[in-house]
Amino acid sequence: MAITSIKNLKEFSTVNERFEGAHLLCPGCAHSMIVRELMNATDDNLVIATNTGCLEVSTAVYPYTSWDTSWIHIGFENAASAISGAEAMYKARKRKGTLKDPDAPVKFVAFGGDGSTYDIGFQWLSGAIERGHDFTYICLDNENYANTGGQRSSSTPIGAHTSTAQAGRVSYGKKQKKKDMIAIMAAHGAPYVAQLAPNKWKIMAKGFQKALETEGPCFINTVSACTTEWKFNPKDTIHLTDLATDTLMFPVYEIINGTELNILYRPKNVLPVEEYLAAQGRYKHLFKPENKHVIEKIQKEIDAKWEYLQRREEARV
Amino acid sequence: MSKGVLATEKRGMRELGAEKAVGWDVVTQGTLLYPFESELKDVAHIRPEERPYSDFNSYTATVASWRVVKPVYNRDVCIDCQNCWVWCPDTSIISRDKQMLGIDYDHCKGCGVCAEVCPTNPKSLIMFAEAEEIEDALAKWPEKKKKAK
Repeated sequence: MAITSIKNLKEFSTVNERFEGAHLLCPGCAHSMIVRELMNATDDNLVIATNTGCLEVSTAVYPYTSWDTSWIHIGFENAASAISGAEAMYKARKRKGTLKDPDAPVKFVAFGGDGSTYDIGFQWLSGAIERGHDFTYICLDNENYANTGGQRSSSTPIGAHTSTAQAGRVSYGKKQKKKDMIAIMAAHGAPYVAQLAPNKWKIMAKGFQKALETEGPCFINTVSACTTEWKFNPKDTIHLTDLATDTLMFPVYEIINGTELNILYRPKNVLPVEEYLAAQGRYKHLFKPENKHVIEKIQKEIDAKWEYLQRREEARV
Repeated sequence: MSKGVLATEKRGMRELGAEKAVGWDVVTQGTLLYPFESELKDVAHIRPEERPYSDFNSYTATVASWRVVKPVYNRDVCIDCQNCWVWCPDTSIISRDKQMLGIDYDHCKGCGVCAEVCPTNPKSLIMFAEAEEIEDALAKWPEKKKKAK
């Protein structure tokens, strides 16, 4: 098994990149940080499928491709089905002995945005995980359909302004809660499910390596700050992700075999959620006096969730 | 009903003369783009400068025109921590053998993440206007800031 050393950043930086520059993602987009880190975390051959979304449309603009590996783009919903098909074929051909290079280690990875994971590809992903193919599904969660102009998705948190859940005189933005995809995937009994953040590079790389090593379907939700739709300065991507993990808006944790929950990052000083909200344009309206109750609600939910995670970690069930 | 009204009679086809068009009914199998000139095994163990990139690889393209500001790198202050390397979204920080060598200005979009995550004092990566010459920028480098007490 070939895995890159991630003991420290200096050693990690000696890998040979397989995700090329001059893709057309926005400056400061966290998608490519996450994709680069996954591809750098291993030196096995990779077979990658990508759902339609920002990542797909920007990395394969004809006549260019940014992928130095086997890569396929198909419909909005079926990266999970495509990768399970590829994996099944690989296993069958290995059994029949028709592979060109049967000893080369291969890993199967699928990327999807939150739109294609939480909404459109949900059924396909659920099916692929239930069938138990050996692949890793990574959701690049930027909490809206950023590729088509920032519509709401079921990953958009309560109170956020999106182009189809607008904030104004009668509404404070999206009124529904964010779907808890990690719990849903853990309930499938997947061997490894995690929520990771790119600002904690080592935790993220370790999580990726664990998922790639684990046999069976793994699901990872990664926080991907979207400069365009969250409305912040591109240079602050990492700072904003820091705020996201330190306010516990995005707790970093893993669930093994659907039961064993481990919290991977505990902030030393938990910040109030206002700091995270105030850093983004999409929550600007929440600071008006009539919308203060929404912030209180968000804070209450975060506290309850953190309490729940800690109790589950302790109880090991 | 007069002849040629129903779609099943290929009315539209005849009008456009599409029946003469070659290959309109052939299912295309998508587009294949080969990132390398030749078949390459074990890409993860070949350095980028030794790879036979094809014209389809975005490595051969440039997004330099996107930039308004550019990062300038000062080797004298750098501690090779590689923070900029791990968080660069555009694979534009060139690091070899645990050393930071410089910036790939063909692929850098000038987002400024590298300058933001640089931990040295003064920073070894600072954003300057795109038109600024690198020598002029290096001459203007700020002094070490004293810790506020």
